[in-house]
Amino acid sequence: MKKIIIYVFFALNFMTSLYAMVEIDITEGNREPLPIAITEFFNDESQILKDQKIPTKLQKVITDDLERSGLFSSVKKDAFIQKNRAMHIKPRFADWRLIQAQVLLTGELSIESDRLRVEFRLWDTFAEKEIEGLVLITTVENWRRISHMIADRIYQRLTGEEGYFDTRIAYVAEEGPKNKRVKKLAIMDQDGANHKFLTSGRELVLTPRFNPVRQEIAYLSYFKNLPRVYLLNIQTGIQEVVGDFPGMTFAPRFSPDGNKIIMSLARDGNSDIYVMDLVSRVVERLTDSPAIDTSPSYSPDGKKITFNSDRGGSQQIYVMDSNGRNQKRISKDSGNYATPVWSPRGDLIAFTKNYQGQYFIGVMRTDGSGERLLTENWYQEAPAWSSNGRVLVFYRETKSDAEGIGHSSSIWSIDLTGFNERKLTTPLDASDPSWSKLIQ
Amino acid sequence: MSFINKNLYRYIIIILSSLILIACTTTPPQTTSTSQSDVVDGVYVGTETIEMLAVNVPDRVFFAYDSYSLTSAAQNTLTKQAKWLKANGSVTIAIEGHADERGTREYNLALGDRRANAAKDFLMAQGISASRITTISFGKERPVNSASNNKAWSQNRRSVTVRTN
Repeated sequence: MKKIIIYVFFALNFMTSLYAMVEIDITEGNREPLPIAITEFFNDESQILKDQKIPTKLQKVITDDLERSGLFSSVKKDAFIQKNRAMHIKPRFADWRLIQAQVLLTGELSIESDRLRVEFRLWDTFAEKEIEGLVLITTVENWRRISHMIADRIYQRLTGEEGYFDTRIAYVAEEGPKNKRVKKLAIMDQDGANHKFLTSGRELVLTPRFNPVRQEIAYLSYFKNLPRVYLLNIQTGIQEVVGDFPGMTFAPRFSPDGNKIIMSLARDGNSDIYVMDLVSRVVERLTDSPAIDTSPSYSPDGKKITFNSDRGGSQQIYVMDSNGRNQKRISKDSGNYATPVWSPRGDLIAFTKNYQGQYFIGVMRTDGSGERLLTENWYQEAPAWSSNGRVLVFYRETKSDAEGIGHSSSIWSIDLTGFNERKLTTPLDASDPSWSKLIQ
Repeated sequence: MSFINKNLYRYIIIILSSLILIACTTTPPQTTSTSQSDVVDGVYVGTETIEMLAVNVPDRVFFAYDSYSLTSAAQNTLTKQAKWLKANGSVTIAIEGHADERGTREYNLALGDRRANAAKDFLMAQGISASRITTISFGKERPVNSASNNKAWSQNRRSVTVRTN
């Protein structure tokens, strides 16, 4: 990973205790997005950028990130009154207030010994204060990551929560008829850029899951018709099977420290949950019910595991200690529950629910109380959290007709509040999304 | 939120099809069967999609929704498979377990494994050596009928015996 140097250079003007600073309350759904003016960063003309479009592209990536969050609306460029470089030193706040911009982003970029230097400032136009400022230095090819990092800083400054834009999504790309579907692992930036296929499609692959610490993905492959959990190093492309198990291993997820994998092993018709330490290779069995136990997911502190089981006669969500003790059901309402995933903030579990023939993505507290259904559809499942626990991605399928035509699969995102549902753009059909932590 | 009660709809079909069956016992048999009556209590009872391992030895059995119990028709088919396997002692087989698309991917992988093993256990109880049988679950990944309706789903809830030599 190419190093990005960050300098924080202004903290003098923080006077939050004296001024009512602009901020967004993200716990409230359906609020009006905050109007922000995102100006094109100035580029010293004496310094020739190989790619003259970088300032415009930077502006676009930042704008798109913030708008997609549903929390910001960018003021149209045509409306800008102040256009000179002085805005980066001292904006004419009245001009920006006039066009309803509550927040203003200004910046400059230059080349310093072959490296791209990007400086930005964020201004509160009503308090007439600078509220954030940073210098980022990196190689020129890294301009996209710089843009995401700036968007992350803005999001963090204005919501009080960590951003999630400098992240990637791994998923399964699909094509072909339903009965001969070809599936490949794919990876892309959270905004769909830098898309890459990671496997050829020769073998059926399912359920990629990011290692929270390393550049690594765990997934299920049908290599040689033996469905097993594999590890893929994203940087080297090297793949290896996880352990030596006498049956299908599936539903893998990493522990929060990235050193263990929990997954199901199916043996003689019974699926139970196992954990394997990737360093010592020691395997431990965590459940032994004769029912289906699958889809395990660790709590962020690593002390608990939530999982899916039909031991009570129908598919429900359970929680146990990470050593397998104290297994208890937490899902309470009627319907079938599946794919529990612990929030990175620790307070919620996202799930798929099947009730009266419809499928829902929802969240509940870790004791099963406070269930909230975020979206209903003919078929959808497999929620995955953004690194800050504010957004979920999942996949949705459309029904086919009597001839088997009309089926499609795509990834969607939705805010934890249940608003801002959006379809992600992918080159092929898509399913089984996994969302990385902020890139280190 | 408006809920479309698919399950209720399914039950109505089941009730309707049992009514047809009841009706059939008191009236002359009908010559044409509707596609609805190919699904009884959620289990496919028709003959489409079935291939033959040998003469009069069907290759697959069907299951009810989220179930892995073998119906009497399934046991009948597996008994034929066991007889044929006994008569052909060198044949080895793989049993593929499948689920329909109305279930989550990971659960369906486990369910497919259950179905394949239900068939395997039955063959073993009939005296076929475990060493001749492998199982594999495809979950909902390999439907035989790509439609999204009750009949297609009932055809997709299956275990299929295939020769591996």
